[in-house]
Amino acid sequence: MSLSKEAQLRIGAFNSRRYFLRSCFGGIGAMALGGLLHGQASPSATLGTERSSILDEVPRAKRVIFLHMAGAPSQLELFDYKPVLQRYDGQACPPSLMEGKRFAFLSGVPKMMGPQAEFKQVGESGTWLSHHLPYLSQRVDDICFLKAMHTDEFNHAPAQLFMHTGSPRLGRPSMGSWMVYGLGSENENLPGFVVLTSGSDPSAGKSVWGSGFLPSLHQGVQCRAQGDPILFLNNPKSIDAAMRKRSIEAINEVNRREYEMVGDPEILSRISQYELAFRMQAEVPEVMDITQEPDYIHALYGTSPGRISFANNCLLARRLAEQGVRFIQLYDNAWDHHGAGKGNGVVDGLANACRNIDRPIAALLEDLKLRGLWEDTLIVWGGEFGRTPMMETRASGADFRGRDHHSEAFTVWLAGGAIKGGLSYGETDDLGYYGVKDRVHVHDLQATILHCMGVDHEQLTYHFQGRDFRLTDVHGHVVKDILS
Amino acid sequence: MMNLPKVGFAIRGLGFASLLLLIGCGHDDISYNANIRPILNKNCLACHGGIKQSGGFSLLFEEDAYLPTSSGKAAIIRGDAKNSELVKRLHHEDPELRMPFDGHPLSAQEINLIEKWIDQGAKWEDHWAYRPPNSETKSPDIEDSWIQSPIDAFVLQRLVEEGLTPNQSADKASLLRRLTLDLIGLPPTLSEVKSYEDDPSDDAYEDQVDRLLASPHFGEHWGTMWLDLARYADSKGYEKDLYRSIWKYRDWVIDALNDDMPFDQFTIEQLAGDLLENPTEAQLIATAFHRNTMANDEGGTDNEEFRNYANIDRVSTTFEVWQGTTMACVQCHSHPYDPIRHEEFYQVMAFFNNTADCDIYHEAPNVFTYEPAQRQAAEGLIEWIQERVPLDIADEATLHEKRRAVLHQLDFLRKEAELFDASSPLIELTAPAQKTLFQIQDTSWVRYDQTDLTGVDHINLRYASPFGGYVEARLGSQNGSVIGTVYLPTLTDPADRNRWDRWSTISMDVSSPDGRHDLFFRFLKDKVQDSDLFRLDWFELVKDSPRWERQSSDVVQKLEQLYEVEAVPTPIMQELPSDERKPTHIFERGNWLVPGDEVTPGVPLAFGKLHAEVPTRLDLAQWLVSRENPLTARVIVNRFWEQIFGFGLVETVEDFGTQGIKPSHPQLLDWLAVTFRDSMEWSVKHLLKSMVMSSTYRQSAEVTADKLDKDPRNLLRSRGSRIRLTAEQLRDQVLAVSDLLNPKMHGPSARPPYPQGAGQFRFGDRYTPSEGDGQRRRSIYTYIKRTNPFPNRINFDGTDRTVCTSRRIRTNTPLQALALLNDPAYYAAAGQLAKFMMHEEEVDQMISTGYQKVMLRPIDQQKLAGLRTFYYDALSSEDGNKQAALTLVANAILNLDEFVNT
Repeated sequence: MSLSKEAQLRIGAFNSRRYFLRSCFGGIGAMALGGLLHGQASPSATLGTERSSILDEVPRAKRVIFLHMAGAPSQLELFDYKPVLQRYDGQACPPSLMEGKRFAFLSGVPKMMGPQAEFKQVGESGTWLSHHLPYLSQRVDDICFLKAMHTDEFNHAPAQLFMHTGSPRLGRPSMGSWMVYGLGSENENLPGFVVLTSGSDPSAGKSVWGSGFLPSLHQGVQCRAQGDPILFLNNPKSIDAAMRKRSIEAINEVNRREYEMVGDPEILSRISQYELAFRMQAEVPEVMDITQEPDYIHALYGTSPGRISFANNCLLARRLAEQGVRFIQLYDNAWDHHGAGKGNGVVDGLANACRNIDRPIAALLEDLKLRGLWEDTLIVWGGEFGRTPMMETRASGADFRGRDHHSEAFTVWLAGGAIKGGLSYGETDDLGYYGVKDRVHVHDLQATILHCMGVDHEQLTYHFQGRDFRLTDVHGHVVKDILS
Repeated sequence: MMNLPKVGFAIRGLGFASLLLLIGCGHDDISYNANIRPILNKNCLACHGGIKQSGGFSLLFEEDAYLPTSSGKAAIIRGDAKNSELVKRLHHEDPELRMPFDGHPLSAQEINLIEKWIDQGAKWEDHWAYRPPNSETKSPDIEDSWIQSPIDAFVLQRLVEEGLTPNQSADKASLLRRLTLDLIGLPPTLSEVKSYEDDPSDDAYEDQVDRLLASPHFGEHWGTMWLDLARYADSKGYEKDLYRSIWKYRDWVIDALNDDMPFDQFTIEQLAGDLLENPTEAQLIATAFHRNTMANDEGGTDNEEFRNYANIDRVSTTFEVWQGTTMACVQCHSHPYDPIRHEEFYQVMAFFNNTADCDIYHEAPNVFTYEPAQRQAAEGLIEWIQERVPLDIADEATLHEKRRAVLHQLDFLRKEAELFDASSPLIELTAPAQKTLFQIQDTSWVRYDQTDLTGVDHINLRYASPFGGYVEARLGSQNGSVIGTVYLPTLTDPADRNRWDRWSTISMDVSSPDGRHDLFFRFLKDKVQDSDLFRLDWFELVKDSPRWERQSSDVVQKLEQLYEVEAVPTPIMQELPSDERKPTHIFERGNWLVPGDEVTPGVPLAFGKLHAEVPTRLDLAQWLVSRENPLTARVIVNRFWEQIFGFGLVETVEDFGTQGIKPSHPQLLDWLAVTFRDSMEWSVKHLLKSMVMSSTYRQSAEVTADKLDKDPRNLLRSRGSRIRLTAEQLRDQVLAVSDLLNPKMHGPSARPPYPQGAGQFRFGDRYTPSEGDGQRRRSIYTYIKRTNPFPNRINFDGTDRTVCTSRRIRTNTPLQALALLNDPAYYAAAGQLAKFMMHEEEVDQMISTGYQKVMLRPIDQQKLAGLRTFYYDALSSEDGNKQAALTLVANAILNLDEFVNT
């Protein structure tokens, strides 16, 4: 019997005496990657439930790839085609659109601005799509567009936190943390929640992948294209894998002796964590090494190994999905197009940002299909809010056309086996200002994502500071109409 | 490889109810708290509590529970179970009417208990924690040579009941290591262990305890616990998360703990030091406790929104820290389980709603203090000027007040541009120092309130710009009358790399009415604009013939120097003047944009009452530490107990409410609370001494199968604690045992280098690592950036200090293993340790010396054998390089489980 196996059994025996233990199949708190110290209960216990009670039905997806366009792309230039808005282009904004509303920067009487992109209908579904996304236009029949998304927040950091943690303020666990907490990981040699960034960190910093009040082992683990793929994964230069293996054996041997002397079962847990660490050292670099991919794949995604790019991250997302990572979070921070200057408007700035994502995303969708991962992967694309139908420009006189933050309407799209493709769900008014039909709130989106993973968003809770917290707070409705 | 559920134990719901049922059946008198409340909490309160009062029936407050419900019938008729609607509905055969609605019916036993209780008169009892601790609590009268302190008697009584016997004392070396880590957060040195081992006197242990309690490192260790509660960090949070100058508060905590400031005073100064009579600078700095709330500098945010969030956080934090009560739910509605009403949250908020802070960039109000060098400089300059110019300076004024008086009396009316009172959304401060402002849009503005313009005929502006632009001075509003305009010419070519560092001063003529006015600067672009217009450092109001003009050029020069002396700002609490006070409203469903009824300051009725007619923050603070408060002493002793023993007597240290876990030793908790408050007079050091002097504490950590079975988590203290060290202890320990620790205390936060690639600072913020051993100071001094904390801090379960944290949940993960194995800083410590080991000749000697330096006890032979084999393997793979092989051995030693535990 291997040491780690023994450790597992010992701890199992230990736990089962303490808390009427149930099955070990990756349920709530089934932490392939580490565990809570035996001595430390979570704050006043937690779910008191088995996994079966958080599941609302058979999961439609096993994993999520969330592509967050940090800064908030303009839906009016990409998906939500508003020819009527064009008629008002350059006219003063009606007071009703400003009164009692809160904007980050707009004030006074801004001008309306028509779509700054060309739209045409594509795919069998006849989906309206912008000229900025030629590659994606090939895949619209696989995608469901939520066109009447809305949020409560209109500043970046709070809105990003709201999207990923369900609360606009710091301190709550992110969606991926909830997912790993609730469902565990499929691959014990890799973190269950991996984060990949291009551009600088999103506005809310690393908090958007923090574990909040959940134990820290549920935090998102940032994987990097340069340096250590995971922080401290690489041995010091002078130590090769064989020597590291030998040193872990020596550490564990001494720890075993310590266990004989003291009898603290937590020592056995540490022994298994060191073995796991060693296996991660072998597995993670392999997953992160995209040079192994054939040329046609690089051509498909537009990747070039060794660089930090959204394209590389899309390819990595597919590789991580193949390896059973539960939640793969990408951030691309390039989308805040206020019109603050050259290259920061919804014309040139947006075009550049789209060029970096269009081909890789289309490639990712295609690749997932080719590999049979499509059916059980949920792909989510979106920003933290939308942009106003009113023009913003920071340089009066100069024509850097931008749009301000807008919480009332934006577009998010979903794809994957769980989702009805070729569907446009929800409508905004003629100006693209309000959702007028089938509005979907951020908490609804979160509930729906959890639902696709088989999780009942009302049951996935954690007791902290005297109450049961959930990702969706006390809100959220699953948008069933978009499920396949 | 632990595929084992470890999180979801159903202990609260299931365990208690059934356990208590058994107890309940044995007695004739039914206790509401012991027998009934658990059943109601579990089955009824979700619908008949604080959030919902289905059928007009709520069991949360005594005054509601016996009232007629919507149907007109009373649910509970005292003494008459049969006719009580509650009982009828529990028995009802129609599932539509039977309670719990949609749930499993209660068991016959449970219903029987409820009936008995009602028949006996349905006597209500407040939750145990809301009743004052019993001052008469005595330790059990047991004779046993193991008992060294009253604590032991309480503990032993419980162990005996469970059929357990305590362990004997740990060996001296292990005990001193544990004691030292627990009291000062560092390991002892070898010589400290030796001198303890060699001391045969009866007082040897107590002497060690006293030595450690007196150590200046004491406050550095215990500060961490308090700073977790205070959510102390070096940055403001949210998007920009720029630097906040608040380290003086951290030092205040360390000093207060070292000085053993009585905990009641410690409380009052932090919550209301500004309201004490003639508060000292230190008392003002103490109030930074509640200025650790996050602030949002993101462009386009509403300051009032984040001021409200800060206040909400102050309410929650105050009640979590001192009352072990979670108020978060009450923000939106009455507490579902505890007797706190929605409006009571806002009554508490009313205590905080009239402080002058308002989420503004520069964090006013601040107290300004001086580090020794700057203090000396400022004092020297003031003295020099005073010797030459007659001035009216009060002796008792603080240095900062004196400095301002000197400048003001000589009409040196310069003001830092960033100290505006309000601005348009497109004004930013330049990171990281935030000492100049810039504008990211044409027509943006700033406002300086109540600026005295009497006699002012021009304003000098210090600016930098590659683009040029205009500044208008206006009065009263951003569109108010223009009193002056100036064109700021381009200073450099826009292509100049350092274009924002070329500064110049320009003068704007103004024609202004005398008196105080709200002064606006409105900023307008010239022909071109990039992302900013220009930077503004300061402005200076210049009167017609100012007093300084009549002095010699030396004096003017000294005034300039005096102005430039750098003071350390610390944000503090300060009440608004009476004419600016604002009413406090309930926020409907917690939404600050939907104000409800107005409320006045007060505390939740279940906890007590304040006597003052219009109570202030000071009254609140004094009430918290008064004898009338049932919770504070219990909550606080429990916090210290948790730190020493690994778990609180109430395990949910943050929640003493009905949903918290009940105390493992209720009498011990009360005895400690009363003793701490009364005979120890709130002395934390006395409290800790009483804990570590106990036999309970001194036990060895060995576990037997029997103990694991009966006391698996050591909640009964059947053995000594073996606790995974905190992130701070781990780092400090590794620095200490490798002789790398720099013991310097106090001062601006230390900046060790971030691991490669992990230290992304944005929005112009920069992180420059400290030089030399400035990087190797104790972890309490390490810079904490909320949105980018040090990876190992989080890895080892430290918090990002965004919210008040009572407990760190300890985890055991492979990422921790990777960090200890491979973090270059840890590996460097292994290299140091290897050098130390090299002093020995023999292999066994080298290894055992290294081990002993780290673990402070002789190495076990089997462990030695394991490491010896490893050494030889390493040696052959390192081609006979002894030091390289020893570094690997040292790295292994620094990864041992025993090293990362107490």
